[in-house]
Amino acid sequence: MSDQRHGPVDPASAAGWTDNQPRKGFFTDTSICIGCKACEVACKEWNGVPEDGLNLLGSSYDNTGALGASTWRHVAFIEQPANTAVSSAGPVSLGMPSSVLPGAGSDGESRTDFRWLMSSDVCKHCTSAACLDVCPTGSLFRTEFGTVVVQEDICNGCGYCVPACPFGVIDRRIGEQGTKNVGIAQKCTLCYDRLGAGQTPACAQACPTESIQYGDLDELRDRAHGRVEQLHAAGVPQARLYLDDPADGIGGGGALFLLLDEPEVYGLPPDPVATTRDLPQMWKNAGMAALGLLAAAAAAFAGGRR
Amino acid sequence: MVPDAEFTSYYGRPVLKAAPWSTDIPAYLFLGGVAGGSSLLAAGADLTNRPSLRRVARLGALTGITLSFGALVHDLGKPSRFVNMLRVAKLTSPMSTGTWILTAYGPGAGLAGGAEIATLLGGTGLLPRWTRPLARLLDALARPAGIGAAVLGSAVASYTAVLLSDTATPSWHEAHRELPFVFVGSAASASGGLGLLGASLADSGPARRLAVTGALVELAAEHRMEQSLGLAAEPLREGVAGKFMRASKILTGCGALLALAARRSRLASAASGAALLAGSACTRFGIFEAGQASARDPKYTIVPQRERVEARRRADAAKLRP
Amino acid sequence: MAECHPVGFQWVMEAKARGAKVIHIDPRFTRTSAVADTHVPLRAGSDIAFLGGIVNYILTNEKYFKEYVLAYTNAATLLREDFVDVDELDGVFSGYDPQTGTYDTESWRYEGQDDIAAAGQRDAPKSQSESEESQGARGAGHELGGHGAAMDHSHVIRDDTLQHPRTVFQVLKRHYARYTPELVQEVCGVPPELFEQVCEAVTANSGRERTTAWVYSVGWTHHTVGVQYIRGSAIIQLLLGNIGRPGGGILALRGHASIQGSTDIPTLFNLLPGYLPMPKVDQHDTLDDYLQTVSSKQQKGFWTAADTYMVSLLKSYWGDAATEENDFAFDYLPKLTGDHGTYQTVMDMLEDKVEGYFLLGQNPAVGSAHGKMQRLGMAHLKWLVVRDLNMIESATFWKDSPEIETGELATTDIATEVFFFPAASHVEKDGTFTQTQRVLQWHHKAVEPPGDCRSELHFFYHLGRKLRERLAESTLERDRPLQDLTWDYPVDKMGDPSAEAVLAEINGKHLTGEKANQPLSSYTEMKADGSTSGGCWIYTGVYADGVNQSARRKPGREQNWVAPEWGWAWPANRRTLYNRASADPDGKPWSERKAYVWWDADQHKWTGHDIPDFVVDKAPSYRPEPGTPGPEGLAGDDPFIMQADGKAWLFAPAGLLDGPLPSHYEPHESPVSNPLYRQQANPTRQVFRRPDNFSNPSGGEPGVELYPYVFTTYRLTEHHTAGGMSRWLPYLAELQPEFFCEISPELARERKLEHLGWATIITARTAIEARVMVTDRVVPLRVGGRVIHQIGLPYHWGVGGSALTKGDSANDLFGVTLDPNVHIQESKVASCDIQPGRRPTGPALIAFVAAHRARAGITIQTGNEQRTPPSVGDDDHDNRGEQPGAGR
Ligand SMILES: Nc1nc2c(c(=O)[nH]1)N[C@H]1C(S)=C(S)[C@@H](COP(=O)(O)OP(=O)(O)OC[C@H]3O[C@@H](n4cnc5c(=O)[nH]c(N)nc54)[C@H](O)[C@@H]3O)O[C@H]1N2
Ligand SMILES: Nc1nc2c(c(=O)[nH]1)N[C@H]1C(S)=C(S)[C@@H](COP(=O)(O)OP(=O)(O)OC[C@H]3O[C@@H](n4cnc5c(=O)[nH]c(N)nc54)[C@H](O)[C@@H]3O)O[C@H]1N2
Ligand code: SF4
Ligand code: SF4
Ligand code: SF4
Ligand code: SF4
Ligand code: SF4
Ligand SMILES: [Mo]
Repeated sequence: MSDQRHGPVDPASAAGWTDNQPRKGFFTDTSICIGCKACEVACKEWNGVPEDGLNLLGSSYDNTGALGASTWRHVAFIEQPANTAVSSAGPVSLGMPSSVLPGAGSDGESRTDFRWLMSSDVCKHCTSAACLDVCPTGSLFRTEFGTVVVQEDICNGCGYCVPACPFGVIDRRIGEQGTKNVGIAQKCTLCYDRLGAGQTPACAQACPTESIQYGDLDELRDRAHGRVEQLHAAGVPQARLYLDDPADGIGGGGALFLLLDEPEVYGLPPDPVATTRDLPQMWKNAGMAALGLLAAAAAAFAGGRR
Repeated sequence: MVPDAEFTSYYGRPVLKAAPWSTDIPAYLFLGGVAGGSSLLAAGADLTNRPSLRRVARLGALTGITLSFGALVHDLGKPSRFVNMLRVAKLTSPMSTGTWILTAYGPGAGLAGGAEIATLLGGTGLLPRWTRPLARLLDALARPAGIGAAVLGSAVASYTAVLLSDTATPSWHEAHRELPFVFVGSAASASGGLGLLGASLADSGPARRLAVTGALVELAAEHRMEQSLGLAAEPLREGVAGKFMRASKILTGCGALLALAARRSRLASAASGAALLAGSACTRFGIFEAGQASARDPKYTIVPQRERVEARRRADAAKLRP
Repeated sequence: MAECHPVGFQWVMEAKARGAKVIHIDPRFTRTSAVADTHVPLRAGSDIAFLGGIVNYILTNEKYFKEYVLAYTNAATLLREDFVDVDELDGVFSGYDPQTGTYDTESWRYEGQDDIAAAGQRDAPKSQSESEESQGARGAGHELGGHGAAMDHSHVIRDDTLQHPRTVFQVLKRHYARYTPELVQEVCGVPPELFEQVCEAVTANSGRERTTAWVYSVGWTHHTVGVQYIRGSAIIQLLLGNIGRPGGGILALRGHASIQGSTDIPTLFNLLPGYLPMPKVDQHDTLDDYLQTVSSKQQKGFWTAADTYMVSLLKSYWGDAATEENDFAFDYLPKLTGDHGTYQTVMDMLEDKVEGYFLLGQNPAVGSAHGKMQRLGMAHLKWLVVRDLNMIESATFWKDSPEIETGELATTDIATEVFFFPAASHVEKDGTFTQTQRVLQWHHKAVEPPGDCRSELHFFYHLGRKLRERLAESTLERDRPLQDLTWDYPVDKMGDPSAEAVLAEINGKHLTGEKANQPLSSYTEMKADGSTSGGCWIYTGVYADGVNQSARRKPGREQNWVAPEWGWAWPANRRTLYNRASADPDGKPWSERKAYVWWDADQHKWTGHDIPDFVVDKAPSYRPEPGTPGPEGLAGDDPFIMQADGKAWLFAPAGLLDGPLPSHYEPHESPVSNPLYRQQANPTRQVFRRPDNFSNPSGGEPGVELYPYVFTTYRLTEHHTAGGMSRWLPYLAELQPEFFCEISPELARERKLEHLGWATIITARTAIEARVMVTDRVVPLRVGGRVIHQIGLPYHWGVGGSALTKGDSANDLFGVTLDPNVHIQESKVASCDIQPGRRPTGPALIAFVAAHRARAGITIQTGNEQRTPPSVGDDDHDNRGEQPGAGR
């Protein structure tokens, strides 16, 4: 595992691809998302992902809940008072309607202080992808586009990738026997099949507002920076990028996001780190512990000759 | 006490996914520890000629590894899925590494255990004549196999700490410095406990010493771990995990004291051994459950990360100040 | 728009990215509000006050586009002396008859135009005494599709100084003088600062250099005053010069994929293709009678050629059998005897006047107001044909409707024979969609329909064929229309008729002469002598040169920004109507920035980016002899070429049944009293005083406090209308899996409603239950000094056995009350009560609703008075049913 903190890495080359493509990814501009969920539906249609439960969650218009084995795109809906200042973490809010929010007065005057944020979440196709690193079968692999994909015929369902992902993206599919790929780890493939055919991923293709932009990651990163500047100039100081920094804990995302609030508001970790960054240290400690055990055992026998 | 953290989340939903593992996995951790430690004891007993300790340790290692393997396969669904893991060897995947360690360890422990069974059965005279050369061969191989298993056994006992730590699960990952020591300590106390339970008083000295040392290491490492975990230590104290951890400490502590005190009583030694075994099991279940709880509550993901971000922001701001 | 037209909304987002300001006016904070610059929450049903306030702002602050208003609208036209505005008559215009609840619109006409009957009048049955039924049979405005009504006048009296007190301009000023920001707040609950912000934005963004567009959909139409809402925005747009110009206009977002197409070639009972009205019994004995009421030969503009459109239509129906001698088979057309609108038809079913019913892509058991009436009505039919993609509630009502549960219906008692035909979806057949910009786009069949699924075209072609075979030997006169029908479409090996052949027939062709059998290229080629045929005059040109023009898909980057080679727009592939108004009276663009079409003096013709909507070689300076009728009567600066006077109407002298100017009326059911005058609701709304159609008390009526809340219904992006295309699909059903009501935290506290708990919502008709969604997106409004709570109800759910998700239907809460012009139901606003917990089930539900009604003292008169306070004799003539409850 390479320590991505030492500069940008092209993950496809690092994975041994020689004829690899420019790295592909997403830039999701949540400031123009209209929450239509076309991306969710397009993803399911194209990839044959099964229905994921008919449950009213009561979390605004989000009845999908979270990414998972049968949800590869998830649109989050957040109802909140507009924070015009660039905030740090706010008070405890579980996102439930509360009576202290603006607009709660007996007239509509303060309504303009209200915001409804929408954001379409997806696998980040991390530069340093913990899921891929920890997969014991090689089922998860790095494609020539720099993306991270599960090979469902190789996955053995060990589930190790699940707790490894710092974003809670990948999951093992549960369902009745006979459900497609039940027991197998599943997540966004960045439409590997479509990319191979030179096509745009289904979700990006379906997105009416171009909130989901697909393309060469380097170009998208530039575009993202430009968009933030544009929004700052337009009086939206809350606009910020997420996972655009190749020096961050996952070496930068293959999916970048423009957010209007702190990541945790959208259910995203504020400072994700690929767990494997600490793996050398872990092995070292484990080795020392193992040696210690050997020594302790030896001592146990040496200590008390009868 | 860590003060109540203020944080924002998305409808209180977890950021992370808890490992999709049931009790198979903590059982696997425990049994692996018992097996690894037992192989060490078995080899030592073999070399220092402590037959009753050798027997119980070899059998313990065999049983431990068989059950632990069984637990793993049960978790995976079918044996071929284990074999599937042998298609690659990945150092970045503790599960892959562990699979190879187990694969390397299994035959040695199996051979040694097998020899012990053969001897036992041989003693009963139940075995047909033609098996005798086989038994002799087994007997001859048992020592080198056992020594091999002993060396690998230490790896079996410790790698599982990496298995847990190498995840985003806060209470596991943040414990990555101490967890190997907790786990080898726990393995030592469990296998020592097994020795105390099964070996004769005369043979059980090393088991007793290993058990007590293990218990001490475990308790010390646990203490350190709880100090350094910060907020992520909270799940170790709460809920089911908290109950397991408290039980573990009492059982391990009392087990160790009893082991020290009861040098002359076969019965008391056995009791201390049982307590230590149970204590070790509780440790594994406790740590397992704590990790799962830490993944399910967004607090443990968000608050420490938010603190890191804020600290960086402050540092950056400080740098900018003239 | 983001909720219901997300794909079209991308252009709004693009405009926003280029600096456009987006203002969203809606009772609720929706996905549109989320990305709009400003959201204006207002009380449902109060928009006329809001729009009127803007008109007042424009006029008082002199923000109107003077040159445009003077030259292109009827601002300078003088009205008659006997016109009296609502303020003087306590809420009605002159001409109101409290006996019938209708207007005699004579006094609304222009000065000098008093000799001949005006269009609003022409449909009034001459012989019958006016009754509610005859009132329902009217609807002239709708029949002309907004093209302006016939008016025997091509010459008007003007005062170009706009000072004469009887100019439209001065009348307008007086009419809206009361619509102050304070009144807007009192009626709509919109604070003055917010209102001012909107006024400033709209006016600052209009004029020579800039244009503003108004976009609406059914939040504006499903009202008893829906037509007047649109008229309200028309007045604003005309005052600001935003019609006929790029970036301007009033854009009606349509519904079902080709709902525009289905009014052009209508599925409406009172229209023929191309907005020709349906002939009426007694009035239209001959073709000539008929044509005279479509348009007067004495008016300006293109409606004077209606004879060519009509004769070509008759030729396309009956071919050689339509001859000059037999009035081109005009008599073969069925003629209207009254209202056959959908709600009237359901009431006729209940009286066993209707034997059979075809439901083709409609789910009235869930989608129509007063669901119970719909279901009970269908149970009276002898037969019912349902063609749909799924086994919708309208096909299964006889076994699983709510009335089975309450005992109002029993399966064994229902004699209706239901035939279900699986239908092919739009991707499984060829055809066109006509969208909101009037652009026809061809869609090719992508896959074969599965199993027995067949297209509508297939169904009707073969139904017609079989009927004709059965009647082939008949000698009965009444069978002649079917026998003589042209019914000769080529079919493929699956038996599917060619959709393109139908398109060619609609386009029309020359029948005689050297061009015989060649397609027409423009409706101006149509003749009234039987030498041309054409199924819908406005569509002529879609098959010009024998080419399917609607199938053109030239990418935008390969043509100019108006994109004339994408699909085909009616009429004449014109993308913006009345675009002559994009140039000034002299024919020069109002501004370079907004140049669209202009007069090219060198070439002596109109030119530009779009196809000019004007006689192409008529110079701006052209002035006809006063009184010249027809297209020749249009002056060079008369851009509104379908209007009888060539001008856009700020004041509508004809064509509307409920008033020449929009005036605020409360919804049929409202907990608020009209602050403008005592007249509470639209005095001409169609009410049905029946024991199965109770109304809640409104305004100052006793019992109003028992239904204190306002509710509105709407769509969710995740579902489609009555659910036939979404509740059966797992990927959509899971996104909004349950029926819910949206309420504010304040209402939740007031009524002890818990987030995700259950609520029961009660009206005089029934009570339904919904999961509670407490949200800050719904705000209580301060209206007239008190707090009004609104409740939001998506209307996609229904009770049945076959969908993936089911729930009570919001439409069961409504009764039937209609707009007089277009007979649309008021399904966007009504009053209700809300209580925590689930509703009673079975017969207990009926008792529960009746008890609530009794507490409010509701009778069939309640809420149903057209004139407030009721005048003597107002309601003597109708059938009074039993009156539960405690008197009036
Ligand atoms: N996803 C989706 N798209 C659709 C459809 C669908 O069912 N689902 N249906 C299609 C059809 S058939 C149609 S007709 C169109 C309809 O498209 P829309 O008219 O956009 O649909 P609605 O949601 O019914 O109503 C729009 C808004 O009107 C608001 N409203 C209610 N009363 C008033 C009022 O008095 N004044 C104002 N200003 N606003 C009011 C409601 O709060 C609602 O947000 O959508 C089409 N597109
Ligand atoms: N309370 C309230 N009520 C409303 C409204 C509201 O806003 N509030 N909106 C009103 C409006 S604008 C509308 S348009 C109506 C809609 O109400 P309906 O028209 O009654 O309901 P839909 O569900 O749109 O019905 C269309 C049916 O057509 C089927 N279908 C789709 N394609 C085809 C096809 O090619 N052939 C055939 N044969 N069937 C097909 C679908 O499966 C579906 O069942 O609801 C109206 N009712
Ligand atoms: S987001 Fe998670 S699942 Fe996706 S690549 Fe990164 S670690 Fe893997
Ligand atoms: S569940 Fe499948 S993809 Fe995930 S780590 Fe295990 S083998 Fe790899
Ligand atoms: S890229 Fe493909 S697989 Fe990934 S979310 Fe989009 S549609 Fe689904
Ligand atoms: S398709 Fe685009 S606009 Fe719609 S929810 Fe997804 S990201 Fe947002
Ligand atoms: S359903 Fe069709 S018409 Fe409606 S927004 Fe989507 S693409 Fe447009
Ligand atoms: Mo509609």
